[in-house]
Amino acid sequence: MATVSIRGLHKRYPGGFHAVRGISLDIADGEFLVLVGPSGCGKSTSLRMVAGLEEVSEGEIRIGDRLVNDIAPGDRDIAMVFQNYALYPHLSVRDNMAFGLRMRNTPRAEIERRVSAAAAALSIESLLARRPRELSGGQRQRVALGRAIVREPAVFLFDEPLSNLDAKLRVQMRAELALLHRRLGTTVIYVTHDQVEAMTLGDRIVLMNHGVIQQIDAPLAIYRRPANRFVAAFIGSPTMNFFHGTIRDGGFVAAGGAARVPLDGVAATVPSGDAVLGIRPEDFVVGGGDEDAAAFATAEVTVAEQMGHETLAHVSIGGATSIVRVPGNRGVAPGDRLPLGVRAGAMHLFAADDEGRRLA
Amino acid sequence: MREPLRITILRHAVLLAFVAISIYPVLNVVSISLRPGDRLRSTDLAIIPADWTLASYAALFTEQPFLRWLGNSLAVSAAVTVTGVALASTAGYAFSRFRFIGRRATMLAILTTQMFPATMLLLPLYVLIARLGLVDTWLGLMIFYTATALPFCVWQMKGFYDTIPASLEEAARIDGCTRGQAFWYVVLPLATPGLVITALFSFMTAWSEYIVAAQVMQREEMFTLPLGIKGFQASLSSQWGLYAAASILVSLPVVAVFLSLSRFLVNGLTVGSVKE
Repeated sequence: MATVSIRGLHKRYPGGFHAVRGISLDIADGEFLVLVGPSGCGKSTSLRMVAGLEEVSEGEIRIGDRLVNDIAPGDRDIAMVFQNYALYPHLSVRDNMAFGLRMRNTPRAEIERRVSAAAAALSIESLLARRPRELSGGQRQRVALGRAIVREPAVFLFDEPLSNLDAKLRVQMRAELALLHRRLGTTVIYVTHDQVEAMTLGDRIVLMNHGVIQQIDAPLAIYRRPANRFVAAFIGSPTMNFFHGTIRDGGFVAAGGAARVPLDGVAATVPSGDAVLGIRPEDFVVGGGDEDAAAFATAEVTVAEQMGHETLAHVSIGGATSIVRVPGNRGVAPGDRLPLGVRAGAMHLFAADDEGRRLA
Repeated sequence: MREPLRITILRHAVLLAFVAISIYPVLNVVSISLRPGDRLRSTDLAIIPADWTLASYAALFTEQPFLRWLGNSLAVSAAVTVTGVALASTAGYAFSRFRFIGRRATMLAILTTQMFPATMLLLPLYVLIARLGLVDTWLGLMIFYTATALPFCVWQMKGFYDTIPASLEEAARIDGCTRGQAFWYVVLPLATPGLVITALFSFMTAWSEYIVAAQVMQREEMFTLPLGIKGFQASLSSQWGLYAAASILVSLPVVAVFLSLSRFLVNGLTVGSVKE
């Protein structure tokens, strides 16, 4: 087990593409850290630099107290699970799992012991004699996990390990991964583009965009206080609603006056002028203002998606579309006019510029 | 859906006609090799003549330096095969996996050599080999054959490596392999079908070649089989029995090699390793 420390990491490709632009972060021993972001944000490249599969253009990577920039992948004491599993097709499941140990000249009895233990832990004992092509997607993923586990590495690296599984299997494997991490307690760096995986698995989430870290924090902290508009839009499903408007007279006015809300307690710290107000779908209160919520606007329902336990109402507020989460199976139909309020303390104010930094 | 009977009959008739066309000459040669004397033409339609004899085969080994030629051919072909596989498997890997200055240019240059018929290259290559003092040697012929077979083999292997996912090697390197070990333990076993094709192509290039051998090899004891066999065909009296018997014997090793390697020519060996 080990800490991982990354300092001023850059990746520039020969073509001039600057994939990773100076990221720094410290991963605690035993932590489950998730790197998340849209495709091309540099998360996989960063992981591959930690693995030693990509050269570091600039910066330092330390595993434990050892600088590993120029150490071969096999000598970094890491194991990696690939998105496409990358099982050796010409070897049986048993040999796939034993390969890394054989390369390290581990004694035969020890290999046998570790492979058996890992196979038991993953319930793949009956598959040991098979070749990868005889396995289903979920089984292959287990074997790939097994190959990583038997190595007993200091750090596990996961590169979108669940994205090739179907939705049902993904949920199941997600839970198993969480369980596995709790049992082994090994440091994990996990790359995904799926915010649900990030929220459910990570001790902390690192959200990246364009090769830059946008925010590092615990999942709920990121959810509750996104550092900028990009983070706010990325985390949460359905995504946060944004209203471009103006702060004046201690309130926020948007959609040509169709929506307005007082900014009690916030107005003092935020200067007047253009701003963007973010409200999560579940933070709307249907019925307008009361003691817990401030009146916001009257919205017309355009589409009502019945989910059973809730209804996602697509509404139009002064011409702009938003999504409102209505709990229960209360009847909401297209054409309805809903008076909307906003839950107290659930408003996110962002700067109106491209960066969209959080104001309050 | 079942196809109509007359289509089935027609399809098989066409297939049988082509099988007959390709198999007739071979049977004819077998027949000639079994006839006594040098009877090239015969009104007899039997594949095995009534008065069949193995005299021509025996004569090859007793009266002619057939074994010597066989040895020459085997030595040259084996050397070309080993060199071809060794060079093509490594060069193809480099072209497939590494990005280096001049990669495209070199690959195009290799391709360009394939645009010239071998006979056009005969003179310059002969001069080269003569200057090196390699006329009438196994090595000279070997260099000649390897040079002509290698470009195709390199491209062939490159194409094969391109189908092997890079993540397999990356997994191997994380498992503790050096680049070389990842190549040896993971990539090469998966490239077996490509290696087999390369080996067959190299072997065939050397085994059945005549024109180049006729230039490089000059003394009869250095002849390869095609050269030796051609010697049976004199301007006045051709020894057709020997010619036919030798032809059959020459093709046997090729058939054997094909049959023994055919099981490696199974594609889709990488199925199941990764999910794209």
